Amino acid sequence: MAELTYREAVAAGIAQEMERDERVVFLGEDVAAAGGVFKTTVGLLEKFGPCRVRDTPISEQAIVGAAMGAAMTGLRPIAEIMFSDFFGVSWDMIANEIAKARYMCAGQLALPLVIRTANGSGSRFGAQHSQSVENWVMAVPGLKVVAPSNPADVKGLLAAAVRDPDPVIFFEHKGLYATKGEVPDGEHVDRLGTAKVLRQGSDVTIVALAAMVPRALQAAQRLEKEGISATVVDLRSLVPLDTKTLLVETKKTGRLYTVEENPRLCGWGAEIASIVAEEAFYDLDGPIVRITTPHVPLPAADELEDNTVPTVERIVETVRRTAG
Amino acid sequence: MQPLHKLETPPLPREILLRIYREMVRLRTLDERMMTLQRQGRVGFYGACTGQEAATLASAIALEKSDWIFPALREGGAMLLRGFPLVPYLCQIFGNAGDETKGRQMPSHMASKSVHQVSWSSCIGTQLPQAVGAAMAAKIKGDRTVVAAYLGDGATSEGDFHVALNFAGVFKAPVVFICQNNHWAISVPSSKQTASESIAIKAQAYGFGGVKVDGNDAVAVHAAVKQAVDKARSGGGPTLVECETYRIGAHSSSDDPTRYRDEREVEQWRKRDPLDLLRGRLQSWGIWSAREEDELRAKVLEEVNAAIAEAEKKPEPPRESLFEDVYSVLPWSLREQREELLASPPAGKTSQ
Ligand SMILES: Cc1ncc(C[n+]2csc(CCOP(=O)(O)OP(=O)(O)O)c2C)c(N)n1
Ligand SMILES: [Mg+2]
Repeated sequence: MAELTYREAVAAGIAQEMERDERVVFLGEDVAAAGGVFKTTVGLLEKFGPCRVRDTPISEQAIVGAAMGAAMTGLRPIAEIMFSDFFGVSWDMIANEIAKARYMCAGQLALPLVIRTANGSGSRFGAQHSQSVENWVMAVPGLKVVAPSNPADVKGLLAAAVRDPDPVIFFEHKGLYATKGEVPDGEHVDRLGTAKVLRQGSDVTIVALAAMVPRALQAAQRLEKEGISATVVDLRSLVPLDTKTLLVETKKTGRLYTVEENPRLCGWGAEIASIVAEEAFYDLDGPIVRITTPHVPLPAADELEDNTVPTVERIVETVRRTAG
Repeated sequence: MQPLHKLETPPLPREILLRIYREMVRLRTLDERMMTLQRQGRVGFYGACTGQEAATLASAIALEKSDWIFPALREGGAMLLRGFPLVPYLCQIFGNAGDETKGRQMPSHMASKSVHQVSWSSCIGTQLPQAVGAAMAAKIKGDRTVVAAYLGDGATSEGDFHVALNFAGVFKAPVVFICQNNHWAISVPSSKQTASESIAIKAQAYGFGGVKVDGNDAVAVHAAVKQAVDKARSGGGPTLVECETYRIGAHSSSDDPTRYRDEREVEQWRKRDPLDLLRGRLQSWGIWSAREEDELRAKVLEEVNAAIAEAEKKPEPPRESLFEDVYSVLPWSLREQREELLASPPAGKTSQ
């Protein structure tokens, strides 16, 4: 096991796949010469050369569209959209084209491509640079959606995404790039569509994604001291969703809390709450509670950003108030 | 690198020339101070205009007060030229309660309706179709407003650039596109941004004129933009003005250009500093002295430092303000969310 940062794990995951399969190519803005604006792709240009690792003009539509065309004809592109907010700029390609092409041609063409992007808050970059948009993508049939919370998952799930025959949207969290963790040595490939139980408790089940996972874990530790024992589930993947783990872990405690960074309306927590209400209603001992960013654009000022996104304090307080 | 073309006599009234120069010095000073504050951790992020003061200010001054500016990344300083006070301008960068925009936007996204300047959009290029729409509206309303739409060289690669120019050409909108070709878009040189021989030439494809000027020569910038503004105002339609300039500093405080850019190139461009070029002209016309220069530098530094001290004193924006302005009126559903949030402990404060 080696200790890597979350950002180093990105480069390690891409490198592992580019070494293994020469059809894997990588393109995006400022990814090659500069090694990525978040330094997530340092060293790839030097290792794989300018043909396979490309800096592009500032053209998100073309980055994603070109990745699509290349994927349809035999390559396995990894495209980077610098900030997930810029999915807005390339949304037609993502939602109308990439998501639907396989279906519309009745499976004649495959789109084995990955769109990596930096998602989420923590940098004080405001409403157009700090959003969590995983729920936008989750709503479109045809796309797989992954959002890892730690370096090992970054590498393993990125490798799985590259090898997957379908388009995968890979959300990295800006607030996690500097965090460290053990990553297995040698080839590391994980499985898409699998959640992980990080902590087993008996009173409540807290489900979280990406940067909300460490917060949920911290909240669980504090709750423990107050006599509330919490299970924490790291969802890791929104599509496909590991409903089995979700239902099993909810049934064990009878109380479910979701912690999500995307704004409240139609966030992924709402989907999970409906699934659990439909399939495990009689195993619940109380209402399902969603802890979310309110339905507001994300503000930039430190104090405002900190108070908008769910905090450890808010998770603890909400569980304490409602778990009784 | 082209030599400055000689001008025996001032082509503009002395007051205008001096005003451009004073504003350029103030903006340079402000940028230097803010980059220092950023390094000291007093400001989270900053994007400077250093090296592009002529392209920014000598163009903006060619507009009337009622004209609108849709800026790109580096034209915030045009607001100061248009009379916006320095303290609330700085409060935007600090993201505190003195900011008219309530700490919503990341630093260097200042805007104020009072000076007819919107904020730059964090999404590159999106201001361009909007600027065309504002220009079309002026035409529909029959007023004489002209819209200045700024962009970087990098923005020319976005679809929005092309659709905006096409609309402007088709609808003969009173808009002037002002491209600051500063040779870089973060780590990508303009030679890898486009295969066209220039940015100005792209206007031809959309049926109107493009001109390329020495963007570090305030006099040349002013002349080209003034001509384009006059043309737009008199019904002649759009123009694309390409100002060839250079990004002397890093892309922003988050960027390290030594990873991708040869420092020797920067040194070359430092020799064509727009402040030096304009000061040289002013001195050659006998309207600026070394003493005036010293006085100006001292005065501006004092003004900027005093404004920083005042702006830095303002408190954080209040937590409840984050629910304002999502809609014209706070809907009941959001009021509930506000109450729920305010009932929980503020971030950073341990519960109980
Ligand atoms: C849609 C979109 N894509 C990418 C970015 C990231 N980004 C911010 S500034 C920038 C470079 C802009 O270059 P240019 O237009 O030349 O302006 P300059 O920074 O040189 O003033 C990029 C790629 C962005 N903000 N928006
Ligand atoms: Mg540029």
